[in-house]
Amino acid sequence: MAEVLFFIAAIGAIAGAIGTVGLRNPFFAVLALVCHLLALAALFLLLRAEFVAAAQVVVYAGAVMVLYVFVVAYVGGAQPLGSRSGPGLRLVSILFAGALFVELTIALVGTGLSALDTDGAGFDASFGTPALIGELFLTRFLVAFEIASLLLLIAAVGSVILARRRAGLGPAGEYSVSDILRGDRRATVTDAPPESMLEAGGPPKR
Amino acid sequence: MSIVWYQIVAALIFCIGASGVLVRRNPLVILLCIELMLNAANLSLVGFSRMHGNMDGQIFALIVMVVAACEVAVGLGLIVAIFRRRLPIDVDELRELQG
Repeated sequence: MAEVLFFIAAIGAIAGAIGTVGLRNPFFAVLALVCHLLALAALFLLLRAEFVAAAQVVVYAGAVMVLYVFVVAYVGGAQPLGSRSGPGLRLVSILFAGALFVELTIALVGTGLSALDTDGAGFDASFGTPALIGELFLTRFLVAFEIASLLLLIAAVGSVILARRRAGLGPAGEYSVSDILRGDRRATVTDAPPESMLEAGGPPKR
Repeated sequence: MSIVWYQIVAALIFCIGASGVLVRRNPLVILLCIELMLNAANLSLVGFSRMHGNMDGQIFALIVMVVAACEVAVGLGLIVAIFRRRLPIDVDELRELQG
């Protein structure tokens, strides 16, 4: 039973990963990643990591992916330009990924870790439960827990500062001092493009 | 199911993510591929945690998820800022640091 579930979940995870890389539309790539994350949560459950699987579904497939979907909808999913590199770079990168996979597989198969070929060590009933994870976070890994919470706070503040609307962001446009000296009507501040440096300077003083 | 199968699946997902980072040009999709690589590392950590019968790997995987959430927040904020400046959303075009 565990073998069947493993193969279903592994095929789902790999198919989701290939879909994330291969689909042209970023919106569909996000949906493929959601499928990948759900299959990965099933793999975590097979490894007796209940709390990690629940956090994976709630935090990743729930919250983070909603953020992605909102940003894809805001930026506009379909880009007019081709979203892939040239054929030479694509071939080189696929060759690189294949070589990396071969190397990792050789390292895994030829390893001296004899326990890697077993079903895993024995465990008691509390393995992977939220109670044990909470206890570990508040005793042995307290410093890591606090640093992670501080990192989340810094990232939230930083992303708000990065993405906020501010004046003087747009292209400054063609605008030189000689235009003002010539009295060119086209170059006055009033017809500056919105959200640009020129507009941020305010209306002309009369 | 022996642990080595989980590790091979993790290695395969990591390589797919790495090739995606190299091949794609849309920064949104590159962030998604980085998520793939982080998740492959998580699967590997949870697998080794099961192999040892020790919870440390699962704690490590949860911390990696926190760091990935921070990376997503900052990365998406950068993409929104790039979009507001009406720059092309393409890493080949965004070569200069100066505005």
